[in-house]
Amino acid sequence: MRALWTVFRKELLENARDRRTLFSALVFGPLLGPLLFGVMVSRIVAEDAGSARQSVSLAVVHGERAPDLLAYLTAAGARLQRAPFGERAARSAVERGRAGVVLIVPRDYPRRFEHGEPARVLLVADSADNATRGDAARAGAMLQAYASAIAQLRLQVRGVDPLIAAPVTIDSIDVASASARAVSLIGLMTYFVLFAVLMGGLYFAIDATAGERERGSLEALLMVPIARGALVGGKILATSASMAASLAICLAAFLGVLHLLPLERLGMRSDFGPLMALEFFAICVPFVPVGAALMTFVASFTRSYREAQSYVAAVLLVPTLPIAFASIYSLRASPAWMVVPSLSQHLLMTSLLESRPIGALDLVVSAASSLLLALVLFVFTQRQWRRETMLG
Amino acid sequence: MIEARGLCKRFGAIDAVREISFVAGDGRITGLLGPNGAGKSTCLRLIGGVLAPDRGEARIDGIDVGGEASAARARLGALPHAAGLYGHLTGRENIAYFGALHRIPAARIGREIDRWRERLGMADFLDRPAKSYSQGQRVKVALARALVHEPRNLVLDEPTNGLDVMAIRALRGVLAELRTEGRCILFSSHVMQEVSALCDRIVIIGGGRVLADDTPAALRVRSGTTTLEEAFLRILADGEREDEAPLGEGAA
Ligand SMILES: Nc1ncnc2c1ncn2[C@@H]1O[C@H](COP(=O)(O)OP(=O)(O)O)[C@@H](O)[C@H]1O
Ligand SMILES: [Mg+2]
Repeated sequence: MRALWTVFRKELLENARDRRTLFSALVFGPLLGPLLFGVMVSRIVAEDAGSARQSVSLAVVHGERAPDLLAYLTAAGARLQRAPFGERAARSAVERGRAGVVLIVPRDYPRRFEHGEPARVLLVADSADNATRGDAARAGAMLQAYASAIAQLRLQVRGVDPLIAAPVTIDSIDVASASARAVSLIGLMTYFVLFAVLMGGLYFAIDATAGERERGSLEALLMVPIARGALVGGKILATSASMAASLAICLAAFLGVLHLLPLERLGMRSDFGPLMALEFFAICVPFVPVGAALMTFVASFTRSYREAQSYVAAVLLVPTLPIAFASIYSLRASPAWMVVPSLSQHLLMTSLLESRPIGALDLVVSAASSLLLALVLFVFTQRQWRRETMLG
Repeated sequence: MIEARGLCKRFGAIDAVREISFVAGDGRITGLLGPNGAGKSTCLRLIGGVLAPDRGEARIDGIDVGGEASAARARLGALPHAAGLYGHLTGRENIAYFGALHRIPAARIGREIDRWRERLGMADFLDRPAKSYSQGQRVKVALARALVHEPRNLVLDEPTNGLDVMAIRALRGVLAELRTEGRCILFSSHVMQEVSALCDRIVIIGGGRVLADDTPAALRVRSGTTTLEEAFLRILADGEREDEAPLGEGAA
């Protein structure tokens, strides 16, 4: 036990003096995710603001029958074109996607409008078409606005307070497209958290194994009368400590970034507060020794620093697989999935972000299965270190 | 005392060590002499317990390295071929780490390091990061690291490699001192002069087997040459002839 502690302290001290290791473990690893996340979210917010301002495109059939209406629509920001087809062809044109949204002014429109009778216009759109659905809704809203403006004018002309005709006014904010994106962003956030965990230990794991061999310090170390388990355990523990620090820094950075971003506009509740950050930490901590043991195990087979770098970096992809799997199959937290480390952490964090309750059993199974896998990996690593081939 | 008894080690098709037996006594410097690839490093690794022999055994002060690895290792200090240090740690920290792994109390480690600092002349670099060291400084720290737990036995694998004349001289001085303290020192080399200048006994190995095991004077007499250099070459040539005869039959 004392030997394990000695190894642990030495690994920490050595790596704390290595600028590259320190940078990757405490700066690059934990901050890359939150920063990237911040940039992506603000771009999406900017895009959404842009598309809201974007004008509606309308093809108009027989616009000459309603010049006032056209003037109003143009003033409201609609881009109008004369449709290259007649009333009858409009429907099939939209159906076949040759036109987006078509406004048809029927022959009787001018007469009915003049006589104060309900004057009908037709708006042709394909509600199954994602690209034009927003245009159709906005065009409908503009026509509604025109209709109520005319109604108010007419009431005013007849000496009635126009407000009587507006008992309720509605301001709606459309978040449909944005909240769909929010779902994939959540997956991204949990991935970044797990990525930070692994990055925190990357160079520790490499240095403790391949680095030890490349430096030529391994042979002397292996001649020291301590159990290989203590040696490997101390190294994995030091790697774990760095990973836990990286996790904490990453979550703190997410706290800051999510605080600054206008997430409500994306339909995400930005209730990622200090409490939830702590919950994230508790959920992810059991994954820390899994990553540390896995990277140490993989690095134990490599002959050089460079070789170790490429193999261990591949381990960074490990958490992506379950997350991709989870999003393809829209998995939700359930005890069965909790036995898969990294998937279980992803699902639990997602549940928290979506304000769904987490079962105590899920938490326990997630932590226990992760710790068990870490133990298995530790045993394998220790076995590898007992082999002569370790000397290389 | 270090004993090798019929040590054998194969790496795939290569017979690196074949039936090597010798005794390195206390209060003596024993040289393991042989050309590159003779099996010196493999032999020292078998003694250090980082490799397990296919057959035979190594004993340190009578303790079987394979059986009671910890007890045997505690009595052995080693300066392996690649005596690498941790570059981000100072020399002092490098030595202290190994002392702690040997479960030496911190206060005693401090005293040992101070003692070796004076004896090996490490005062002006011991507290600098090891990555800035010259080869000579590295070997000094690695030697202190091998000695921090005061082992009775010391093995060194080609310790003079890459050292300048001054450093080699200093190292010889230290090894001679360690001998007078009654320790058992076993070191390997492929340079005859090096071994002859220092050793009480020379074990010449070639092709993984012991070709001669005697005092320098007796070796000269035995091969009928005036210099050890010539004796070494003749013994190696004889060894090769012996090796080739059975091999040729096997191939035929
Ligand atoms: N780990 C190993 N794997 C395979 N072959 C090895 C290994 N170590 C040594 N050898 C081979 O064993 C022979 C003896 O090597 P070594 O003991 O290093 O010789 P020396 O130290 O005398 O130069 C050489 O042919 C070498 O290639
Ligand atoms: Mg060698």
